[in-house]
Formats: sequence, structure tokens, C-alpha cells
Amino acid sequence: MLTPSLVAFSQPVSAEHLLMPGMDAAAKKVLADVALNTTKSLGATYTDVRIGRYLQQFLLTREKNVQGITNAESFGVGIRVIANGTWGFSATSDVSPDGIKKCAETAVAIAKANSKLQKEPVILAPVQSYGEVSWKTPIKKNALEVPVKEKIDLLLSVNNAALDNGAAFVNSALFMINEQKYFASTDGSYIDQDVHRIWPNFTVTAVNKAEGNFRSRQALSAPMGMGYEYLDGLASEKFMNPAGFNSYRNSYDMVEDAVTAAKHAKEKLTAKSVLPGKYDLMLDPDHLGLTIHESVGHPLELDRVLGYEANYAGTSFATLDKWESKNFKYGSDLVNIVADKVQPNSLGNVGWDDEGVKAKEWDLIKNGVLVNYQAIRDQAKIINEPESHGCCFADNWSSVQFQRMPNVSLKPGTSKMSPHDMIKNIEKGIYILGRGSYSIDQQRYNFQFGGQLFYEIKNGQIAGMLEDVAYQSNTQEFWNSCSALCDKDDYRLFGSFFDGKGQPSQVSAVSHGSPTTRFDGVNVINTGRTI
Amino acid sequence: MAILTQEQAKAIIDKVLSYAKADETEVTISGGRTGNIRYARNTVNTSGETNELSLSITSVYGKKSGSTSINELDDESLKRAVSRAEEIAALAPENPEYMPMLGPQNYAPSKTFAKATDSINPDYRAQLAVDSIKPCVDNNLTAAGYLEDFSGFVATGNSKGLFGYNQSTSVDFTVTVRSADGTGSGYAGRDFNDAALLNAGQVTNLAAQKAMASVNAQAIEPGKYTVILEPMAANDLLRLLASGMDARSADEGRSFLSKKGGGTKLGEKLFDERVTIYSDPAHPDIPAAPWSGEGFPLEKTTWVENGIVKNMFYSRYWAQKQGVQVVPRPQGFIFAGGDQSLADMIRNTERGILVTRFWYIRAVDPQTLLYTGLTRDGTFYIENGQIKFPVKNFRFNESPIIMLNNIEAMGKPERTGGNMVPPMKIRDFTFTSLSDAV
Repeated sequence: MLTPSLVAFSQPVSAEHLLMPGMDAAAKKVLADVALNTTKSLGATYTDVRIGRYLQQFLLTREKNVQGITNAESFGVGIRVIANGTWGFSATSDVSPDGIKKCAETAVAIAKANSKLQKEPVILAPVQSYGEVSWKTPIKKNALEVPVKEKIDLLLSVNNAALDNGAAFVNSALFMINEQKYFASTDGSYIDQDVHRIWPNFTVTAVNKAEGNFRSRQALSAPMGMGYEYLDGLASEKFMNPAGFNSYRNSYDMVEDAVTAAKHAKEKLTAKSVLPGKYDLMLDPDHLGLTIHESVGHPLELDRVLGYEANYAGTSFATLDKWESKNFKYGSDLVNIVADKVQPNSLGNVGWDDEGVKAKEWDLIKNGVLVNYQAIRDQAKIINEPESHGCCFADNWSSVQFQRMPNVSLKPGTSKMSPHDMIKNIEKGIYILGRGSYSIDQQRYNFQFGGQLFYEIKNGQIAGMLEDVAYQSNTQEFWNSCSALCDKDDYRLFGSFFDGKGQPSQVSAVSHGSPTTRFDGVNVINTGRTI
Repeated sequence: MAILTQEQAKAIIDKVLSYAKADETEVTISGGRTGNIRYARNTVNTSGETNELSLSITSVYGKKSGSTSINELDDESLKRAVSRAEEIAALAPENPEYMPMLGPQNYAPSKTFAKATDSINPDYRAQLAVDSIKPCVDNNLTAAGYLEDFSGFVATGNSKGLFGYNQSTSVDFTVTVRSADGTGSGYAGRDFNDAALLNAGQVTNLAAQKAMASVNAQAIEPGKYTVILEPMAANDLLRLLASGMDARSADEGRSFLSKKGGGTKLGEKLFDERVTIYSDPAHPDIPAAPWSGEGFPLEKTTWVENGIVKNMFYSRYWAQKQGVQVVPRPQGFIFAGGDQSLADMIRNTERGILVTRFWYIRAVDPQTLLYTGLTRDGTFYIENGQIKFPVKNFRFNESPIIMLNNIEAMGKPERTGGNMVPPMKIRDFTFTSLSDAV
């Protein structure tokens, strides 16, 4: 199971400390003004200040044991300026007027030093002045206020449920994040935001020592921009999928899923190995989200397209000439993909981004045609956009903000269709659920995805579980093979809690919504080997 | 004052321990300077330097432990931190797998510190970027690169009398060079403890040569090929095998080292008899810190000898449970090589593929250690002993276990990614599809 690292410069604290109120907005405004006035006096033409308090609680268990309880806080300020037409950035954990003044001076000095290497001056797209405003994730129950014991008891009951149903091993975890972010800029905005995210997760393993086999099944939860209410397990948010067990929308039943997972892990030990070949794939949103993330989200990051990530994550096949042609068929006519920072319950949901741009939604792919990218204030002019898309983000006060992926989602179909309806029309296919192995090339052409669960579809019906399944395709070919979409009632969110980008690397959290979707004639390989 | 001397660190640790009331207390101080410079499109786009100093305290009552950390070292702050760690420990659940702290250990002096790296400053970083960018501009190529350097220390001590101190430095430089039309791409990178060994111009030149040589790659059919893996490519897969040699997972039946019917493959021949893997903290090219994460002194250890599995990692808890000696996880591996040069291997190849590096490697099946990923930044077709032309990148699905049973030849190991890895010639390497990515 994924074990994350802590946010930069964080200090372990007590669980109670996480509930202590941070500095109030009025005090932060006074400090922000110290930075804004200092940089202005030194000749900066633009400044933004981010005073951030980043709180994390990670709970990790294994079978009957608590493996770790981590409570961490990171508090500091990051100052970004434009001087001599060049960016400069500096950050400090000394959140005093003196500390901020020195930090502001350093940011300007770095900008001026770097300006000697600058080829052309930074030009920012205009942004509205919002004055003093605030925004909070609309949570119902702050997960950090729930006693640690209650959360540990939940994880241990998840473990017991899995062990009682035949699992040999189980790891479970609960990740909770609260970002208390204050943004101020010379454009006249003072924005106070309180952002919450949660991710319940587990891995259940079944072992057949006699045969020397083992198989695992991970939780079918999604990390969400929600509070602890995500774990209420509401019956109204469950539905029976065509494979005969419950899937979850905006409320997750972790114990129920653990029971199912243990049964699945055992079933996988003896499941039929797939016959390689072409299959029609029916992809559940809890699986398809990662395919969207890798094959649409990343290639449409404008900094990647321009070559800024060439030495690390790579560049992109979705070059500007394809966008300029206005007829590049990224996918079939059914494919409508939107970017947003406003979807309720999503990981990307905020009021404003980390350079004071109001969150919004925009089209990336319309009726299969590439129509836009993801751009921030200093990139908007490159694609003739009048304003930033509002997708600038830094993972900490100590990190410089840059373009990060917003939520990127596939719109549901407009005709009535459930997963049960969809399966009836598939003669030879595979129904895939859950996040598995994933790999894609540095320009996002060729990919290979696995999953958590694979079910053979024969003549419109589930014909049993398969193993050793992975599908390989090319991004454009794959999205053009999209032949059916379920409707809005089946639309669900998948999430990536620790998405990495940049050097030094920063993480961000992003959701991907989609309905169950069909892709025709996709190449499936068999990944079974003998050693 | 990001780097404390051994005496300064010991005095602070002793002071913290004198404030402690818990059954056991451990104090670790670490600090240092991390610097970086990043460039792309032939221009610098990020550079920075961070100085950090942090003191962490772990307090233990019975099997309940709590930790805290601070970055102020005045007496009042230290006292408050000790109290906080003890409060957290008192409220923590018991950890049945908790192992009592170690007493005094004999740590050998390390060779992990180099003055040249310690002396790196913003001017050095800017000059490195210029040295890398300028020849690319001159040759109508585009460079994107990243340098990260570190100089720091760690000191640890506990209430049972253990104390250790170590200073270390590191420098890691990578660069991607692309042709102006984007049809060729090359990559090179080096990592050292001693920055005096790093020549950014040479590294960039290698990437530039690969970029120019890889222009207009041709598509050839995927399938099983003889491959020649440069050390970076070999390390991409071998490090995954070596780092997975955990005894607990093997004993629990969920590892490639688990045996049908129960038990492990310790003592069994799993690889070609030319395969020997060991670790040595005193190795001059990949020196390691004197102790492992659990505080055990690191010693020279053989993991695989002549293809036979000789050792697995045993944590303190698992070693005690199994009644065996602790075998700490090492910091770097040395994969013994052979006597062929890369040029020899190419010359002796009738038909094969030369691979610079792999990319986006992900586990497909942990039971067989099957991985998938792609070639990147310089993949070439070899025929009749010569590199004939660049080829489009491949996706592979291969297990390093199978790979280490299909060895044709090996060269002299060199440092890459913190390990010592030889270039390797492997038969029947499985490429499953083609990629258009450059």
C-alpha cells in the first residue's frame, strides 16, 4: 500500500494540536502587507504572498496492530515576485514581520539575479481584484476532530473483517489533510481558504502457501475533497454493479468493502488466466479515472507541451499545432472532457487557485476534438486565452506554485444507460474495476494499465473472474475507440492523492469523474509468468 | 549553523537525554544545505537553496512510543520538546512489534563526505547550467537539466548509551538534450558523493550525442530481442529486485522469494551463476553511512553469490521472531560484472537493441517480479556488430529474475543511482509494443 511522505518542513505534533486555531485572517493580512510593501519598495512589479498552515494526520495499521500515528504541521510563508520582468521566489518558516521582510528582500534579489539569464519578460494574464474573501471545503464533519481512537477502531474493524473472511494479511490506512492557506497579491486580493481532503485505503492479501501463490485486492474507495462524512457508508450512495457487489459514490462503507475484498483476493488465487487478444473493455469509473489522468490530464498540461518538464516527466504528443488545427480528433464524438476546480467533493475543489484566480470549469476535449490546455497566468497568452484557467498550485508554503492538473473528467452520456444496460451489448469483453499497475511513455502515446478486478464478459453476461490482465493502447487510438457511455446516474469520482510533478518534486491531489465507459477492440495481454 | 560538529551534536543530545523521564529516549539531530538548479528550453527556470536543522526525540514507555521534532535548540525549547514527546508516548497505543533501543555500537568511520560538494554555492550551480546549456545552444539543441546537491550531517544518541555521528555529501545531475525538431532525444546523468568527479559538460555531451544519433528513429517489430543495457538501464530493473529481498515478506508467502509449499528460497539457485550481488559500506565509489535505519552497524554483506540467494533483510523484530541474526537493509548494492566493454558487447552482437534507460517502470505482478515500462532517450538497433540506426521506443514486460537467467555478457560496474551496476547483454528480453514517444 502506498505510504506517503510528509509535506515539506513539517513537524510532528499532537492530535490535539491539529485542532488549535491558526493565525486569524486579520493578522495574516498585516503580515502579507509587510511583504507587499517591502517588494514594492525594492522595485518589484508584482508580488504574491502565501501564508500556509498545512496539517496532516496519517493513521496506519496492519492486522491487529497500529503501525503508525502521524500528526504533522508545517507553517510558513512563500513570497513570489516579478522584478526586472523575471520571477523570484523565497520562503521562510519565520512568520514574523522581520522574517517576512527578509524573505521578501531575498525573493526580489533572486529575481534580479535571474533576470540576467531571462530571454523575455514574464507577462501575466489579468486577474480580478477580489478584496478580502474566504472559502472552505463544504465538509460536514472535520476528520481531524474525530478522536484518533475512533478512527483507529474503524481501521482495526476493517482489518478484522478482512481476516475473518479469509485474508492472510491486511494493511489499512486513513490519510487526512487540512490546508489553511492565505493568499495576498498586489492585484488587491486577500483570500483565506480552508481546504480538506480524506483518503481511506487498504490492501488485503490472500496466500496459498501450498501452491506458492498470493494475490491482493485494494480498497475501491476514492480519495475525496470531503470530511469524515465520506465514511458514513450511506445505503443511498451504494449500488450493485454488474459483477454482483457494491460500488460507492460519495459515501464509502470501508468495512463492507474489506469483507468483499477478502473474498475477491481468495477468488483471484484460482481465477482463469486471460487469453490475450482484442476485447471490448467496460471500464468502471474507479478504474477509468487513472486512465484519464495519465492519457488526458498530463498531456494537456501546457508546461509539459512547451518542454519545461522535458528532463523529468517528459513532454507531450498533444502539441500546439494539433490544437491550432481545430480538428485534432483526440477521441470519438462521444468524448467530452472538461477541466475544473469547482466540482463538489472533488480533490481539486477550491475557491481560488494559488495565484488568486477564481476557480472555474472549461472544456479540454469537445465532441472528440482537442480544444484547450491547462494554463496559468504567465502561460495564458501562449494559447490566446484572455485569462488564466486557475490551476496554479504549490504543495506547501515552501514550494513555488506552478501549473498543476485540475480535476479532469469525462462527461457522462446524454442517453439513459446503466452499467447493466451496457454489458448486455458486449459479446466478448472484460469489465475492469479498481486502480492497478499503470505505465505510460514520456509523451503520453503508449500506455499499459492493469486493475484490481477483471471479469470476463461473454454474450452480454459476466462469465467469471479473470487474472493476469493488462491492456495496452495508444492514447488517440484508445479514446477514438470509445463507443458508449453510461449516464449521469453512474458518474463517480476517482482520485489521485499524491500526484507528483516537477523538480524538486511536488505532490498534488486531483479527482477524475467519469461514468462506466466502453472501448472497443482494445489489445489485452497476459501478464502471467513462470519463474 | 546547519552543520554541527560531532562534539556540538553530542553535547546537545546529552542535554536532551538529561531532561528525559521516559523508559527509553532517542535523540537524532540532522541538518544541512540542499541546493538545486533547474533549466529547460535552454534557460534557467528554478534555483534555490535551503538550510535545515532539525532535532527529533522519540520517547518510549514500555511498548508505547511518541515522537516530536523542533528546529530551535535553546534549553527551554529542548525541555518542551522532551515533554511533548513523552506526552504523546503516554497516550499512544502499544506497538506489539516494538524493539527496545540498542546499546552502544561500534560504527566504522565513513567516506561519505567530500569537501568539493560541501563548497558548492549558487555561482557553481549557475556555471554548471551555463556549461550544459551553451554547447546545446551552439549545436541547435535544447537542454533541460537538474542538479541537486547536499551537504549535511546526522547524529543519533539514546538513553542506553548509543551514539553515532556522520557527515555526508551528494550531488546528482541529469540532463535531457533534444533536437530542435523534437525527433531526437538523449539523456545522461551521474551521481557522486564528491562533486569534483562531476563534469557537467561531459555528461551533457553524452546526452547531446544520443540526441543527435536518435533523430528519425525507425519502427521495428516488438518481440523478444537480445538487449544491451547500459548501466543506467540495468540499474532501473536490478535495483527493484535487490530492494525486494525482505525476509518477512518471503516468510509470509508474499514475495518472489517465497517457496511453493512454504518456506523461502534462501540457499537456492535463482539466477545465472555469474550473478553476485553484495553491499559494502566501505566501497570507495558508493560509500555508505555507518549504520542502518534501525541503528545496526552496516557491514559488507553478500546477498546473491554465484546465482544462489545468500541473505535477505531481517529487521530486528523479524529476526528475533524467527530466531536469526539481524541483517540490516543496505544503502547501495554492488552487482558484480564481467570483463567485456560496452563496445565489445555491441561488436559481438548479431542482432539486438541498445538501451540507454527505462522509464515509468511499474510492478505488474509482485509474485514473479514482472515489471512494465518503456525505453527512453536513446534506443538503437544493432546488426552484425554495429549500431545500425535508432529505433522507436518499446514497451517491455519483463522480470529481472528472468533477465538474470538470460545473461550473455557483463561489463565493468559503474556508479548509477547509488548502486554499482555493469552494462549487461541479455537474451530474450520481452518487448510487447511500440511507442511513438521521443
